[in-house]
Amino acid sequence: MRPQSVGWLFLAPTLLILAVFGVLPFIYVLVVSFFDWNSFAADPTMRFSGVQNYRDLVFDTGFLMSLWNTLKFGVFAVASEIVLGYFLAQLFMRNFPLKGFFRTIHTLPLMIAPVAVGATWRLMTVPGLGPIPYYLDRWFGYDYLISRYAGQAFFTTVVMDVWHWTPLVTLTLLAALSSMPKEPFEQAQIDGANKLQTFWYVTLPLLKPAILSAVFIRLMDAMRTVDEVWMLTGGGPAAATRYVGLYIWRVVFPKTDYGYGSAMSLITLYLTIVLCWLLYAGLVARRDLRKPE
Amino acid sequence: MKRDRKGLSLTFWLFSSLITLFPIYWMFCVSAKSRVELFGAPTFLIRSFFSENYWATLTNTSFQGYMFNSIVIATSNALLVTTLSLFATYALSRYKLSGKENIFFWTITNRMAPPAAFLLPLFLLYTQVFVIGDWKMFDTRIGLILLYCVFNLPFAIWTMRGVVDAIPQELDEAAFVDGASTWQVILHVILPLARPGLAVTAILTWVFAWNEYLFAATLTSVHARTITTGLAEFVTVTGTNWGQMAATAMLTLIPAIIFLSLVQKHIVAGLTFGAVKG
Repeated sequence: MRPQSVGWLFLAPTLLILAVFGVLPFIYVLVVSFFDWNSFAADPTMRFSGVQNYRDLVFDTGFLMSLWNTLKFGVFAVASEIVLGYFLAQLFMRNFPLKGFFRTIHTLPLMIAPVAVGATWRLMTVPGLGPIPYYLDRWFGYDYLISRYAGQAFFTTVVMDVWHWTPLVTLTLLAALSSMPKEPFEQAQIDGANKLQTFWYVTLPLLKPAILSAVFIRLMDAMRTVDEVWMLTGGGPAAATRYVGLYIWRVVFPKTDYGYGSAMSLITLYLTIVLCWLLYAGLVARRDLRKPE
Repeated sequence: MKRDRKGLSLTFWLFSSLITLFPIYWMFCVSAKSRVELFGAPTFLIRSFFSENYWATLTNTSFQGYMFNSIVIATSNALLVTTLSLFATYALSRYKLSGKENIFFWTITNRMAPPAAFLLPLFLLYTQVFVIGDWKMFDTRIGLILLYCVFNLPFAIWTMRGVVDAIPQELDEAAFVDGASTWQVILHVILPLARPGLAVTAILTWVFAWNEYLFAATLTSVHARTITTGLAEFVTVTGTNWGQMAATAMLTLIPAIIFLSLVQKHIVAGLTFGAVKG
C-alpha cells in the first residue's frame, strides 16, 4: 500500500481552506457571543458579559417574531415544494416528446442568482408596473399591494421561493425515482394493490431517504434566506417578512451590535439543527419503532 | 385514446413551462422597453427592442468592473475547487486514511450553517485579522475566491467522490506497476476518465460563485464588488429605473442559461448525488 502521508498531503489544502474560512469564523462567533461589543456604543471595547446576550434574546420580541415568521415561511414553502416537486418528478418519469427540453425549462429557475430572482419578482409585483397587481385588480377587483399588506407580502415570498426551489426537489426525487427497484411495484400489482395503496406502502417508504434529504436541504436554506426577500420586500411591510437572516444582518451591520448579533446567529443555527433533528426523529425513528411487530 | 393522452401531456407541459418561464419573460419585456413604454397597462409584446437599457449597463465603467470581478472570481473559484476536489477525492478514494469517512461527512457540514452566522466573524477576520501591513483581505478578489471554497468545495467533493470511486482501481495499480508516479496517475489515468464529472462540477461551482450575493456585499466595498451586488444596488439606491435593472438582471442570468443548456443531461446526477447516496 502507498504511504498514508501522500494521501494526507492531497487532502491538506482542502482541509486548510475549510478550517480557516469555515471553522475559524465559527469559533470566533462563539467567543464574541459572550462579549458585550458594539462599536457605536459609548464604550466600543469588548467586555466579557457572560450569557447576558443570550438572556436578552429571550425577551427580544422583534427577534422572536422574526424567528416565528421564518418558521412559517419555511414550513409553507418547503411543504409546497415537496408536493409539487414529487408530482413533477413522477410526470418526468414517463416518456413524452421533448422531455429534455421541458426538463431544461423546469430546471432554469434553479440556476438564477437569488438576487436576480428577487429582482424578477419585484418587477412582477411592483404597483404601476407589474402584471400581478394590475390583472388582479382588473379581473377580480382584488387590491394587491405587498408594500402595505403583510399577509400578501408573506405569501408572495412563499410563492417566489416555491418558484425558485421546486426544481431542486424535482431533480432530487427524479434521481431517486429513476434508481428505484422495479420488483416491489410488480409485487404490489400482483397482490392487487390500488394506486393509493401502492403509493402509501411502496413508493413512499422507498422514497423516504430522498424526500428527507430534500426537506433538510430546503429547510436549512429557507431558514437562512436573505437575498431574495431583501430584493423583493426589503423585509417589509413593517417587519412582516423580516426573516431571521435579515434581522441578524440589520443588528450586525447598520447597528454594529456584534456580540448580540453573534448570539443570535448561534441560536438560529442551533434551532435549525434541532428542527432538522426533530423532523428526523419524528419521521425516521417512529417507523423504526413500528418495525418489530 | 392514446393520442388524446399525448395531447393532454403536451398541453400540461406547455402550460407548466409557461408558468415557469413567465417571470423571466416579463423581466425580458421590461428590459426591452423604454421608461415611457412602461407606463400604463402591462403588455407582453415587444414592439421595438429598446437596447438603451443594456447599453447603459454595459458602458457603465463601475459595472464593467463588477462584471470583470465576477468573471475572475467565479472562474478562479471553479478552477481551484475542481482541482482541490479532484485531489481530495483521490485521497479519500484510494488511500486508507484513518477517519476519512468522518472527514467526508464533516466537509458537508460546512455547507449547512446559515451564512448570517458567518458574515460577522468573516467581516471582522477580513478587516482586523487577515491583515499584512497595509494589505487587508477585505475588499479583495482573492478573499472572495477563497471564501467561496467553503460552500463549493463540499459540494464538489460530494459530487466527485462517486466519479472517482467509479474509476476501477486496477487501472491506477497497473500504471503504478509500469513505474508511473502518483502525479502521472492522477494526470493520465484519473483526469481523463473523470473529465465529464469534472466538467459538470466546474460549471455548477462557477454558477454558484457567480450567483453569490451576501458575502460579496458584506466583504467588499469598492474594488472587488461583483455583479450581484451591482444588481442589488439598483433596488436600494436608484430605486425606480426598472428597465435598466431588468437589463442588468438579464445580464446576470445569461451565463447560467448557457451553462444549463450545456450540462442539462448530466445535471440530475451531478446535483443529487449526495441525496441519493445519503
